[in-house]
Amino acid sequence: MANDDIHLTVEPGEIHALLGENGAGKSTLMNVLYGLLQPDEGEILVDDKPVQIRGPRDAIAAGIGMVHQHFMLVPVFTVAENVMLGAEQTTGGPIGFLDRRRARKLVREVSDRFRLAVDPDRTVEDLPVGVQQRVEIVKALTRDVDLLILDEPTAVLTPQETEDLLEVMRTLKAAGKSIVFITHKLKEVQAIADRITVIRRGRTVGTAAPDTSEEELASLMVGRSVLLRVDKPAVEPGAAVLEVAGLAVNDDRGHRAVDGVDLTVRAGEVLGVAGVQGNGQTELIEAIMGLRPVVAGRTTIEGRPTLGLSTREILREGVGYVPEDRSVDGLVKDFTVAENLVLDIFNTEPFGTRWVIRPDAIAKSARERVEQFDVRTDASGQAAVGTLSGGNQQKVIVAREFSRPLKLFIAAQPTRGVDVGSIEFIHRQIVHERGQGTAVLLVSSELDEVLALSDRIAVMYRGRVIAVVSPDTPREEIGLLMAGVTTEAAGVKDGHTDD
Amino acid sequence: MTEQTTATAEDLAAAGADQLPPPKTFAGRYLRTMWTANTVTVTVLAVLLALVIGGILIAVSDEAVRATFSYFFSRPSDFFSLSWDKVSDAYAQLFKGSIVDPAAVRAAANGTGTWERVFFPISETLTYAAPLALTGLAFALAFRGGLFNIGVQGQAIMGAVGAALAGFLLPLPVGIHLVVALVFGAAFGGAYGFVPGFLKARTGAHEVITTIMLNYVALFFLGWLIIQKGIQDPERSDAISKPVDDSAQLTHLLGFLGPSLRVNLGIVVAVLVVAAVAWLLRRSTFGFELRAVGLNPEASRTAGIGVGSTYVLVMTAAGALAGLGGATIVMGTAVSLTGAVIGSVGFDGLLVGLLGRAKPWGVLFAALLFGALQAGGNRMQSFSGISLELVGVIQALIVIFVAAPALVKTVFRLRPAKVSGLGTGMSKGW
Repeated sequence: MANDDIHLTVEPGEIHALLGENGAGKSTLMNVLYGLLQPDEGEILVDDKPVQIRGPRDAIAAGIGMVHQHFMLVPVFTVAENVMLGAEQTTGGPIGFLDRRRARKLVREVSDRFRLAVDPDRTVEDLPVGVQQRVEIVKALTRDVDLLILDEPTAVLTPQETEDLLEVMRTLKAAGKSIVFITHKLKEVQAIADRITVIRRGRTVGTAAPDTSEEELASLMVGRSVLLRVDKPAVEPGAAVLEVAGLAVNDDRGHRAVDGVDLTVRAGEVLGVAGVQGNGQTELIEAIMGLRPVVAGRTTIEGRPTLGLSTREILREGVGYVPEDRSVDGLVKDFTVAENLVLDIFNTEPFGTRWVIRPDAIAKSARERVEQFDVRTDASGQAAVGTLSGGNQQKVIVAREFSRPLKLFIAAQPTRGVDVGSIEFIHRQIVHERGQGTAVLLVSSELDEVLALSDRIAVMYRGRVIAVVSPDTPREEIGLLMAGVTTEAAGVKDGHTDD
Repeated sequence: MTEQTTATAEDLAAAGADQLPPPKTFAGRYLRTMWTANTVTVTVLAVLLALVIGGILIAVSDEAVRATFSYFFSRPSDFFSLSWDKVSDAYAQLFKGSIVDPAAVRAAANGTGTWERVFFPISETLTYAAPLALTGLAFALAFRGGLFNIGVQGQAIMGAVGAALAGFLLPLPVGIHLVVALVFGAAFGGAYGFVPGFLKARTGAHEVITTIMLNYVALFFLGWLIIQKGIQDPERSDAISKPVDDSAQLTHLLGFLGPSLRVNLGIVVAVLVVAAVAWLLRRSTFGFELRAVGLNPEASRTAGIGVGSTYVLVMTAAGALAGLGGATIVMGTAVSLTGAVIGSVGFDGLLVGLLGRAKPWGVLFAALLFGALQAGGNRMQSFSGISLELVGVIQALIVIFVAAPALVKTVFRLRPAKVSGLGTGMSKGW
């Protein structure tokens, strides 16, 4: 059961934050409100009147709109075309020409009224993510909704874009709209919410005021007190382990994604790479791992060139790798936990040889890892990994990579979509590994994570490292760097007009 | 945008409580569908349903039954009794032709008949099942590796060619000749499977397209080959090759009971190969890589598995299995190459592989079922006058119902399926 006895009341003109870990049931609840799922028990009241919501159409009729985490936009359509999609109006009688003019006018009106700054004639795929999100909001508003559900809206935004979004939310609130704001980011909740409802394991565990401290909110979410800061003992960094020089890499479409990057990661240090998603971080790491062809430059591990080596050979050099997208690149979901725990070492002793694998050894090791890394699954490790929660899936990957001696550990978004408890655990493991003298390259779009773990921070923007700064640098400054505003140009205010 | 896909998968997981997110690959989706549905029930019911529909077809295609339509409302009993007679007789013949004929057993027991007649049906079933099991495996193995091998037919043809060439061109001693001919069959088929695997790994050419095309190439190559000097039977003017030497023919297992018992070493080869493939998938390093690549090539690549080389190996191995299937035909029953020497055993292999849920032992059972339908169909045709094509219809219906378990579940009002993707296993694609 994903939702069990949930109570939620949203007042008119209120920003109501719905806070909970991944898998706590936030999305399920919202899908019920939006008619995508039917409740087994209980009722939904709009303006004190019970309503039946059998689908999104009913929801919109009841004045409920939703902005999904995954945008429901047609990339090649213009903003106006996207907005009228599903509610097309026509002229010209039975032949029915699409009335684009009216759609454009509507978009302009709504956009002006709520200060959304959306141009109806732009093609959606050309717009930055933050603007695409505003298109979704416009879409909902043109359907005359009173309650807007925003499902994890800030997950894909830069700090600046997040600021803009919060401003939009304030405007909507001033216009009398109610907003349900789903998130697991405590800072944003404190910044904007009027009231906070916390959900844990499908139940509402409490309603809190926005001045509740981060620690209190976190412990409400997780059900116990959590360590938000990472205790990081000082380690004297050793020799350079990974060196990247002049690296240039293309993305899947053949555009230059990494454009002359130089990096050094030393033993016993965490080098954090901060940057908005899509600025070349993914390609950089894939190139280092031998997963993507390199156009120019070189990479060395402990002085030995690794370009041209296969991924398996690079892993065998003592490199651990947590890929960015665990469900696509990290795990074989239909394989058991045990099989996934040996996905890159199944043909080495003691798990197997060149020719055969040893299921007994694999199962035995799985039982140990499951316990050691606190993976919540049946102790034998024989469940399909796809049945585990996101946090536990991630622990399986981390357990796999940490189960052999490492020189270099590369982690991309190691805690994305992972609950607070697992984040804490994974962070501790990374710090522990650093203490063992492993060089760590951490890529994360969560600035907080980069700040908490890193000894040095490299900021990537449009395929280049535009600055390497200390983790004591103020958030705002790093935020500006992430938007491409370097120190000398920091006076220019509008630094994020594109990308 | 990768983050968004992850989130959606998790949303689904959260939304559906105990549901899994839908697997990404076609093979994964198909296998998920199969494992979640109660496979045994669904298969049995699918066979039943196919036989019921087959029965309806038998009834309405019979002229005497159709004649009762004109007075159906005045005397419907005529229609029902006639239909029943017709259908029950047909299916009785199907059984007698594929498993055992009780009359023959009685006759043999009291000395008026021969044991040859008792074992004839089962011999026929096993004879047909052997190559089907091998071609079924050829499809199943590739399927587990994430490849849709439509080229089983072509690979089996090349296998038959290889075995036949070794069978009548190489003068080898008894015993060795047999093994060498089988190896040639596997090698020719394997080489023919290597081509689409290599093209996929190197250029990304989709194996469905390339294998379909290669089927034509193999078919017409065979047609050209059997009229060449040195290959064509010099005593014949039509397109047929020389017969395979006796030393390269698969031994008839029940030959001592009578010459009509065609069942040969092919079925033994098939069972051994099934066991070997089962072991390969479960216990070998290659099997682990194959399954990993089949379920998630991206994660496999990230974990250092050579996806391209795995594809090449999988297709080569699948081709070798299909080649063995073709070899057992030309070395067991056909003896000479003709244009249609392997019939449609390659294409039927696809059905057998799917019906067996791409699992080795499942494939063997599916092959036995198809072999039985084939053997029984022959008797049904000659004794009940029902065309052999009906067997093809029943086989196709079984596979359709197995591929669409949701349909079977609706018909029999089984508990609603738990998995949202159920029933779409075959419809979404590669």
